[in-house]
Amino acid sequence: MLGKLSWDAIPFNQPIPMAASLFIVVVVLGISVLIIWKGWWPYLWREWLTSVDHKRIGVMYVLLALVLLLRGFIDAIMMRTQLAIAAGGAQGYLPPEHYDQIFSAHGTIMIFFMAMPFMVGLMNFVVPLQLGVRDVAFPVLNATSFWLTASGALLVNISLVVGEFARTGWLAYPPLSELQFSPGVGLDYYLWALQISGIGTLLAGINMVTTILKLRAPGMTYMRMPVFCWTSLTSSMLIVAAFPILTATFGMLLLDRYVGMHFFTTDGGGNFMMYINLIWAWGHPEVYILVLPAFGIFSEVIATFAGKQLFGYRSMVLATLAICVLSFMVWLHHFFTMGAGADVNAVFGIMSMIIAIPTGVKLFNWLFTIYRGRLRFEVPLLWAIGFMVTFVVGGLTGVLLAVPPADFVLHNSLFLVAHFHNVIIGAVLFGAMAGYNYWFPKAFGFTLDKRLGAVSFWCWLIGFYLAFIPLYVLGLLGMTRRMQHYADVSWQPYLIVAEVGALIILGGIVATIAQLVVSIRTRERRRDLTGDPWHGRTLEWSTTSPPPPYNFAALPEVESLDAFWAMKQRGPAMPPDHYQSIEMPSNSPNGFVTAFFAVVTGFAMIWHIWWMAILGVACALLTLLIFGWKERREVEISGAQLAEAERVRLRPGDAA
Amino acid sequence: MSANAATGDFAMPPPSSAPDTAGSGGGPAPVRIVVAFGFWIFLLSDIIMFSALFATYAVLSGQTAGGPSGRELFQLRHVGVETLCLLFSSYTCGLAILAIERRRMREFYVSCALTFVLGASFLGLEISEFVDMIARGAGPSRSAFLSSFFSLVGLHGIHVSAGLLWLTFMVAQTATRGARDFVRRRLLCFSLFWHALDIIWVALLTLVYLMGAR
Repeated sequence: MLGKLSWDAIPFNQPIPMAASLFIVVVVLGISVLIIWKGWWPYLWREWLTSVDHKRIGVMYVLLALVLLLRGFIDAIMMRTQLAIAAGGAQGYLPPEHYDQIFSAHGTIMIFFMAMPFMVGLMNFVVPLQLGVRDVAFPVLNATSFWLTASGALLVNISLVVGEFARTGWLAYPPLSELQFSPGVGLDYYLWALQISGIGTLLAGINMVTTILKLRAPGMTYMRMPVFCWTSLTSSMLIVAAFPILTATFGMLLLDRYVGMHFFTTDGGGNFMMYINLIWAWGHPEVYILVLPAFGIFSEVIATFAGKQLFGYRSMVLATLAICVLSFMVWLHHFFTMGAGADVNAVFGIMSMIIAIPTGVKLFNWLFTIYRGRLRFEVPLLWAIGFMVTFVVGGLTGVLLAVPPADFVLHNSLFLVAHFHNVIIGAVLFGAMAGYNYWFPKAFGFTLDKRLGAVSFWCWLIGFYLAFIPLYVLGLLGMTRRMQHYADVSWQPYLIVAEVGALIILGGIVATIAQLVVSIRTRERRRDLTGDPWHGRTLEWSTTSPPPPYNFAALPEVESLDAFWAMKQRGPAMPPDHYQSIEMPSNSPNGFVTAFFAVVTGFAMIWHIWWMAILGVACALLTLLIFGWKERREVEISGAQLAEAERVRLRPGDAA
Repeated sequence: MSANAATGDFAMPPPSSAPDTAGSGGGPAPVRIVVAFGFWIFLLSDIIMFSALFATYAVLSGQTAGGPSGRELFQLRHVGVETLCLLFSSYTCGLAILAIERRRMREFYVSCALTFVLGASFLGLEISEFVDMIARGAGPSRSAFLSSFFSLVGLHGIHVSAGLLWLTFMVAQTATRGARDFVRRRLLCFSLFWHALDIIWVALLTLVYLMGAR
């Protein structure tokens, strides 16, 4: 009846997972009770859960990312603490089977459920505003994408309470991940969570490509698009081109595990190196899916706070496109040790180094934008400058790793771990935090606290160097990754320094939370009434903060790059005397309901509860058919209503 | 689908000061274009998913693990009939779209029915092939070759099944709602989907059956 599910699935005998489970259950129950107690359900359902507004969906993505940043960071600090004490004969406080789950969950969560939703969320929020349009191409699909991503995140967190998580690292290499060596449900949690959220990401990518290529304000030609739109476009194109490979690869591993096929097994003619090729054919573009939007954010932030047009816009666009193409030609550098031969390794090594060229172009463009600019050291700019320094270090160690003979020595060592944290924290996370601080006032109508923002930045920056520079040294000393304990006590001092670094990063995270709380409590005096708190250059700043549901009452007409800057130079325009009526998509529970059944199906498949899986698929299909049967309702806002709404919106003083 | 199209239809006056230079600066595209374009992107992603399975098949096609090879299993006559069914269904699908655009409803329904029958025949033949192979001890868990064969061909078959379900749904919707704009947009997407399955099948026929039966 319940497949493999029984009371044994709840970790009663393991204190740490049990405490974590209890904590999660208490928090979730507490929030639910609070919502019911306060009567917030109708509001939540109406304004958020069924919303198809790209801004709301973007905010929910970012919220999801911040919550899972916390979860992923708890995993990180547990690992750091374990390694700070498990030297010599000591075993630390985490048994190996638990430690293995923690590093697997940390990687999976940070990439798929922190970095991805953060970037997709910022793209969702910003891109339609920057393009000067009212929504993405497919608003209901957009909500569905978000809820599928959230479903995956939910399944990963259910694994903490019911059952276990994968012990195979964040990419689940076979043959270890085959049924023979990983018979538990942990790997199935991993696979189903990522299949479901992967579909969500793919749909989000399709939506974003269509939006950018087909929906832009009048006059917004390609070469007038803000750089963030360009990087979002390339990132989304990479999603469309790479995520199907991930789906297919995980699909094959699932077939191996569920119906005994032989894709990646050691017997029956299977070939597990094929999995590693396929997963990196997705995995390397994935790195650029994450980092390209971050590059876009830095371009916006640096241009804005230098008060100058971005230096070398065309070269920036070209460099972005070059990276987009090159990202598909380097996957083999993740496993030079496969033994493909010197010529193959040389080709991939050289291709990897070539990526440093367009990236270097970008860095010089940012430097030249800063040169002779009037820098305003607001929080987003701090993150941008921290990024420029940190990313160069990460990029250089990357070029080192791209040399195949060096890679043979450094492969799977902590040097590698330090390198990818150097680029992912230094570029993706710093970019996400820059974007969060930069666009927060646009989303909520008040700015974030500057002092606490700066504290958060400095903690992250210093903490990062303390936590990861020792890992470079340890890697060179020969310490491999994913060790639960180690014999060589001379490594311990480095690992204690790394632990201190992680604690300082914890300070940064606490400061981020404090910044949010303090800013909300003092929001009345940090209201942004102009809609343009940073003297921005692009169209998102031309509307109010927060923007109305329709973004722009009349679509702006774009005449140059940095369209809003040009408008400000021309002086204030008279508001139009009349507005054309517009249609806005109405809310739809489609995404939420579909995602609910996706969770049911995923959970049923993980625990082999076949009847429930069939029911879940049938209900999801039925949902699709029912919502597909109705014509999409659209709410029409007439020109007169729009004019009235605009009058009230633009003169908040009169309305009071 | 999008609200932008309300202002973005062809009725939108071109902005006087901004010349329409490269990169279509004429404002948001009309809904029909946006929907079809988005669906094309989806189809491309779908084709990439197939390409991962094609690559896998190419790597594993020789790994029979002592079991039967394609040469012993494939019956080209059977596959030939299957192929004809699918290709003709694509033709009738095209006829259905032409008919609905001209509001020739009887022609539309007949073409859809033919498409369905041909598609279902294709599926029936494929299932009979699978059943036959499994009965001969050449099931998907026999060898890596057969795993990749069943997955690649089966994935295409699942797509065809989804297409048949979609077709049924669209006929029902056309019958009750008439040839409204949103119905015709969806029919356009369906036909794109159906033709894409044809393209994939042609690659599949060549790589799997024709090259494998030699």
